[in-house]
Amino acid sequence: MMIEVRNLKKNFGKNQVLRGIDVDIHKGEVVVVIGPSGSGKSTFLRCLNLLETPNEGSIVVEGETITDKRADVNKIRQKMGMVFQQFNLFSNMNIMRNMCVAPMTVKKAEKEKARERAIELLRRVGLEEKADSYPQQLSGGQKQRVAIARALAMDPDIMLFDEPTSALDPEMVGEVLAVMKELAASGMTMIVVTHEMGFAREVGDRVLFIDEGKIIEENEPKQLFENPQNQRTKDFLAKVL
Amino acid sequence: MKFEFLTTYWPFYIEGLKITIIYSVFAVIFGIILGVMLALMKLSKLKVFKAFAVSYINFVRGTPILVQIYIVYFGLFSFGISLADSTAGIVALAINSGAYVAEIVRAGIEAVDRGQIEAARSLGMSHFATTRLLVIPQAIKNILPALCNEFIVTTKNTSMLSIIGIHDLMYNTDTIRGNTLLAFEPLIIAAIIYFTISYVLTKLIGMLERRLKASDDRS
Ligand SMILES: Nc1ncnc2c1ncn2[C@@H]1O[C@H](COP(=O)(O)OP(=O)(O)O)[C@@H](O)[C@H]1O
Ligand SMILES: [Mg+2]
Repeated sequence: MMIEVRNLKKNFGKNQVLRGIDVDIHKGEVVVVIGPSGSGKSTFLRCLNLLETPNEGSIVVEGETITDKRADVNKIRQKMGMVFQQFNLFSNMNIMRNMCVAPMTVKKAEKEKARERAIELLRRVGLEEKADSYPQQLSGGQKQRVAIARALAMDPDIMLFDEPTSALDPEMVGEVLAVMKELAASGMTMIVVTHEMGFAREVGDRVLFIDEGKIIEENEPKQLFENPQNQRTKDFLAKVL
Repeated sequence: MKFEFLTTYWPFYIEGLKITIIYSVFAVIFGIILGVMLALMKLSKLKVFKAFAVSYINFVRGTPILVQIYIVYFGLFSFGISLADSTAGIVALAINSGAYVAEIVRAGIEAVDRGQIEAARSLGMSHFATTRLLVIPQAIKNILPALCNEFIVTTKNTSMLSIIGIHDLMYNTDTIRGNTLLAFEPLIIAAIIYFTISYVLTKLIGMLERRLKASDDRS
């Protein structure tokens, strides 16, 4: 088992955003998370790599209980790459530095090794020639592909995506989804929050529908989209499909 | 208007200008050190630090610089602390400048994109590494132009120190006025000198800002 989440709860002050999430994620699985805005999807992802500290419940990643107080947060995060809606490339560094800075400071990778790996990954996302550019010179789609490559540079076992295409112009969505599809095909364990139902159908092994901080329904994409059981799932799908 | 006095008195201006520049430079250096410490205190989670920094900044920004100079000059003396006039002058200016620098630094740090910080942390980078490689370089870029501006303000503020007998540009101008019995003309020269310093610094800041901006959108 890659990730086991039990009774995960998170409040911001009095506002309980996650109200007991239980889910298991297997190695190599692509899990797509859908749900209305404000339902807690981002908070769920951010709890998984401890960008938010859960209030209750447990998360076990590859056998290690990361919600344990003694857990080494920086070590855990190395195993989980995260891709954000707003790309979040480091604006004071060129693309090559963006790619190398974490491997070199966190994993103490040698400069030459880190650069070689960076070039390899940039080639994989089709942006080898942008190594010396700055983030500000790239289009949204290019930034997001670099952000994915940057996360991969840490050799994570799991990749978390929080609406990776929501901030993109429509014509750039395809290039980012293509990279994600290739990644899924390579066997990466992925948790993807997205509104791209086409992507969910094509590469998702399972879809979780979250509403008001709980998983309301989960199923294979085809089943969930064509034959939703819960009324709230039906209402949501009616709006987005 | 008569400006013949300049042939005799121009060295007074040069000497005064030297003092003005030296005091400004020291005041700004100490002001920056103090300002960075205050900014970190204000951003800190420790309530005592925060309260101290907030009170300090509000007090300095809410009182005239002349009052602050007098407090340092006479006030400390009445507590049995005697500073040389020159030290008192620099301390007073630094105390003043520190409060303004603190606000500049705080704003510069707060303006660093939270998303980028989270991205760094999500890659496993420590708080320290993130601060060193991301927050500080970006904050400096945000801060630099406003900081240069603060240098101009401090340069002009040194003119207040003539009141405690520092022989700066303003003090020497007064001396010239007394010696020549010219009420007005020496002041015009002083104004031109102050204006020239400000103008040159403003131009330099403009160049700096354009360069920083250029490095933002290299294309
Ligand atoms: N840092 C925060 N502080 C306070 N409230 C937050 C914070 N982050 C998220 N929330 C609240 O939690 C709820 C769920 O947010 P989020 O997880 O971002 O939802 P989603 O990603 O599904 O749109 C929202 O009501 C949001 O306002
Ligand atoms: Mg969200």
